[in-house]
Amino acid sequence: MASDIAAELAEQADRALADAADVTVLRALEAGSWPAATWDAMAALGPNGALVPEDAGGVGLGFADVAPLLEVLGRHAAPIPLAESIFGSALLAAAGITPPDGVLSFGARNGAIPWGRHAGHIALLDGARIALYPAAALEWEETSNIGHEARDRARIIGAPLADAALPNGWGAEAGLLCTALMRSAQIAGAMQAALALAVDHANTRKQFGRPIGRFQAIQQQLAVFAAETSAASVAAAAAARAVDRRGLAAAAFEIGCAKITVGEAATRGAAIAHQVFAAMGITEEHQLHHFTRRLWSWREEGGSEAFWAKRIGQEAQALPGALWPFITAREEEITP
Amino acid sequence: MAGLRFDLRDAPEGSAELRVEVRAFLQEHVANFTPEIRARSWMGFDRDFTRAVGAKGWIGMCWPREFGGGEKNFLERNIVLEEMLAAGAPVGAHWIGDRQSGPLILRLGTEEQKRHFLPRIASGEYAFCIGLSEPDSGSDLASLRTKAEKVDGGWKLNGRKIWTTFGHLCDWMIALVRTSPAPEGGARHIGLSQVLVNLRAPGVHIRPIRDLVGEKGFNEITFDDVMLPEDALVGQEGAGWAQATSELAFERSGPDRYLSSHPLLEAAMTTLKQDGAAAPALGRQVARLWALRNMSVAVAGMLEDGQDPVRQAALVKDLGNDFEQALPNIVRDLIATEDMPEDMRRMHAYLTQIVPTFSLRGGTREIMRGIIARELGLR
Repeated sequence: MASDIAAELAEQADRALADAADVTVLRALEAGSWPAATWDAMAALGPNGALVPEDAGGVGLGFADVAPLLEVLGRHAAPIPLAESIFGSALLAAAGITPPDGVLSFGARNGAIPWGRHAGHIALLDGARIALYPAAALEWEETSNIGHEARDRARIIGAPLADAALPNGWGAEAGLLCTALMRSAQIAGAMQAALALAVDHANTRKQFGRPIGRFQAIQQQLAVFAAETSAASVAAAAAARAVDRRGLAAAAFEIGCAKITVGEAATRGAAIAHQVFAAMGITEEHQLHHFTRRLWSWREEGGSEAFWAKRIGQEAQALPGALWPFITAREEEITP
Repeated sequence: MAGLRFDLRDAPEGSAELRVEVRAFLQEHVANFTPEIRARSWMGFDRDFTRAVGAKGWIGMCWPREFGGGEKNFLERNIVLEEMLAAGAPVGAHWIGDRQSGPLILRLGTEEQKRHFLPRIASGEYAFCIGLSEPDSGSDLASLRTKAEKVDGGWKLNGRKIWTTFGHLCDWMIALVRTSPAPEGGARHIGLSQVLVNLRAPGVHIRPIRDLVGEKGFNEITFDDVMLPEDALVGQEGAGWAQATSELAFERSGPDRYLSSHPLLEAAMTTLKQDGAAAPALGRQVARLWALRNMSVAVAGMLEDGQDPVRQAALVKDLGNDFEQALPNIVRDLIATEDMPEDMRRMHAYLTQIVPTFSLRGGTREIMRGIIARELGLR
């Protein structure tokens, strides 16, 4: 069963990252060093081909299958572009290009490439065209998001290894949609981590003679955080399921709805996490910010809430009929 | 935090056909749904409509055929509920019987109770209400004082229930009452029982309470030496608390927890079709609706599997209430009330006044969040 393989992969990744991506690794990463050992530990699990079809030499998992793995990456604020390698490989394979081994990233030709400077290969997208470049063919203008993750701009100085068109089902927005899907699941995972930290803190930090988690004011806030975390996870999983059912391009509605949902959830959750941790959570020494800064960053990547809200709103306004039949028909494949 | 986990559910086989059938049925009746009725959602009470729904087999859908049910699964039932609410159909006369009273009787009732009540709920003949809150017992429900005393030939009921929705229009109530004193210094949950009360019985006094819209929606019901037969007891004597709370997942996760304002959202989509500036705000509502629906269907799937997703249900209710409650205010930011078409304005006016109840009925927001906090290990 594909879902069993996927669940095992997610579990293995969870264990490997617990060992190989602790807070010291995150600090080193944010100070500019590449965690080669973490990558090697994860690469040993062979996840790059997760979404690549079996007949193209991959594992042949579905998008819904890998959603839990992406959550795991978010839960550990994974300091490596594993999600990018998995989705980049899927994009290349879809275009008939054999995905390379090792660190792979992808992004819009004129956009910021996640982890660009650390990748061995980069897939640059220009509409529905995708070209695979070796690192040596690109020069980088190094920038980063507020999570201190590399988001670099590429200048092409060499030839691509391959160049092809994505099939129609993937469409001209494949890069955007893949990024939105990845970040949605990663946000759900990072929220789970921040929630667990906040709950643990509320149960141990004492004020007025008792753990602050005994106060209803704190309990109610953390309940909201938990609810938003569940919503984020469901949204990411539902979007991934839509891709499996209809293909990437035709799942843009669900991906957009998910990205809005997780973005709003991240905003609310991160604010509550910091409120619970008070001043301590603002310190560089504390690990909370590794998650909250990523939550804030990932909201922007793959389209912000504002970007998708406008688009989804316009799509809803353009419907020939009512909203409700449209929403239900997407699940049941009847004409609204 | 296993109680906060949701597994997505696919639509069951035949969903589309069932949905089309429900829509066709609603189309026949839609002319009778005034803007006020649509805005009332499941607080609209219409016996004729309920009997028509019963005739279609859409009340008690999941119950065994021998008791008037349709032996459908929970996800199919969910489709019917969704369509009714999305259309703003007046389902109040059967909503409680279908959602709570019937399933309780089916699970814990005697053979005779099942034979008598279930087919009559399923046909739309019997309307049920729930007797929980009392003048001094709201969120602190276990402090309730209404008492059923064992007497020759049955029970003698005394006390008072309040905020009973449609009490004045219903036939039966399942009330949570005290049948034996709470143990000294022990848990107050012990000694409570659920009893069936015929609301036409002598000694039942029903006083409708006008709500802020000027309508008689809820009631105060006084029991003055009301004689209940022996078989009025539902389930086990003294186990009423556990029985009542085990139904909460059914009560709290359904589409009635996020679709109560839906007809207004549809009206806004129609009215604001050409308004480019409104697109982002509408888009956010669409996204939230989509996410909530996925969560609610997931809980329906868990119920179908025989799980008890009481925490997930509290979570869906909390998020869903926030969504349906915020809508009227979001809409008035997009279009001034005086610019709304007449139908929409009337719906908006009603909902503006009534949305505060969304996070009160079925357990307050604070109680829902307390349940989630308990699952988080905070209490």
